[in-house]
Amino acid sequence: MMTPSPVLLEVNGLKAFVESTEILHGIDLGVSRQEVVAFIGPSGCGKSTFLRCLNRLHEETPGGRAEGRVTLEGQDLYASGTDPVQIRRRIGMVFQKPNPFPSMSIFENVASGLRLNRIAKGVELEARVEAALREAALWNEVKDKLDASGMSLSGGQQQRLCIARALAVKPPVLLMDEPTSALDPVSTAKIEELVIQLKKETTILMVTHNMQQAARISDRTAFFLYGDLVEYGPTTKVFTTPSDRRTEEYITGRFG
Amino acid sequence: MQRQIDHELNKLRAVILSMGQAVEAAVEEATEGLIERDPERLKKVREYEDRINAYHLEVDELCLKLIAQQSPLAADLRMILAIIKINADLERMGDQAMNISLNVRDYLSKEPLPEAATIASMAHTVRKMVRDAMEAFVKADLTLSEQVLLQDDVVDEAKRTTFKRLIEVMKKDGTQVEGAVDLMLVSRNLERLGDHATNIAEDVIFASTGKDIRHGGFHSGQKP
Repeated sequence: MMTPSPVLLEVNGLKAFVESTEILHGIDLGVSRQEVVAFIGPSGCGKSTFLRCLNRLHEETPGGRAEGRVTLEGQDLYASGTDPVQIRRRIGMVFQKPNPFPSMSIFENVASGLRLNRIAKGVELEARVEAALREAALWNEVKDKLDASGMSLSGGQQQRLCIARALAVKPPVLLMDEPTSALDPVSTAKIEELVIQLKKETTILMVTHNMQQAARISDRTAFFLYGDLVEYGPTTKVFTTPSDRRTEEYITGRFG
Repeated sequence: MQRQIDHELNKLRAVILSMGQAVEAAVEEATEGLIERDPERLKKVREYEDRINAYHLEVDELCLKLIAQQSPLAADLRMILAIIKINADLERMGDQAMNISLNVRDYLSKEPLPEAATIASMAHTVRKMVRDAMEAFVKADLTLSEQVLLQDDVVDEAKRTTFKRLIEVMKKDGTQVEGAVDLMLVSRNLERLGDHATNIAEDVIFASTGKDIRHGGFHSGQKP
């Protein structure tokens, strides 16, 4: 059996545009398996756009397009004929605001991706839903009310439901765009703990404005500024002795 | 724009600077007590020592508050870590000044030894090291920090020489043993003071550059 490549996701010369405006100016970056990578930078620096380029969500923005090369396990995600929906199955996403499907029960929220992709049904479907809810550390809180609406849960629980929904189809990569910015400290701590647990199976790329959160849970940190990747390195290094003056100024609150 | 953390750090720097000045004064009184054979100067060391201990607690409290409230990162984090370590070094330096004053008090009750002059010269170098280390901290002066590191070798050598001479004194004249032991203890405490000043200089280099040059890094050619 071949040993899997340590580099899971590779980005070369990625540029993103909205209409004629260039938002990302040629990003090169590699992400290894079982890593949590934090993306930091001031609002408008392009970090969320970068994340959305990875699962080809950026092109859904009116006028949005991307250039460059993104490979997942060696497969070029921007090659012609590649189905973005299939990519999003392998690169899941969790957003800032929890967004359970409002008309669906807790169970159906998690089952939806599995049904849509015809991955499982019947007893296997139930087992996969339970496994995903357990992975998202939500099972014990919802196991007796799986038929209740996803919207009946608290904000933190809703966000973990969204994580369970994303995990159900077993994506190798999970993108998280400020997943705790709308949550209280207890729910935030649960999500952070979850991220650390999940990285055994899933590589996580997370945008955050919370420097302490990035320092707490990520292995590597990328600092974006005005559409450029300024610095990318081990989190401990970035937060104690950054190489670039601009990183230093940003993380110590001198600008941004 | 000054950040809130800058105000807090400036406050912290001011306290640690006052603490450093108290240490300098304590070392001066203890060593001048030896040079001038003046027990009155030795008594002043206790006052400085009390003041240093109070600063020690104040700095710890300010650091704790700053970490809890400001969650410092990068240069701010390095500076606070350096201050916490410098605080511990200065507190120990206060103890060593106190030890010297007690050793000197014992020595002054005995017959003077010519080796006290060598110790006076060593004390002069150590006091300069302490002063330079604190000045390097205030100005974030890497060159001055390096000079402190180099001076430490001079002090170590002076201690070795003093020990050798005092051992000779003890071998030759049994009645001089007690006075020689007192001077050996003074010499030993001065050498430790030099080590703490060196630690401070290393912390200044770490706070400014992020480079850790402890445990041989400087002498093995790793320059800040």
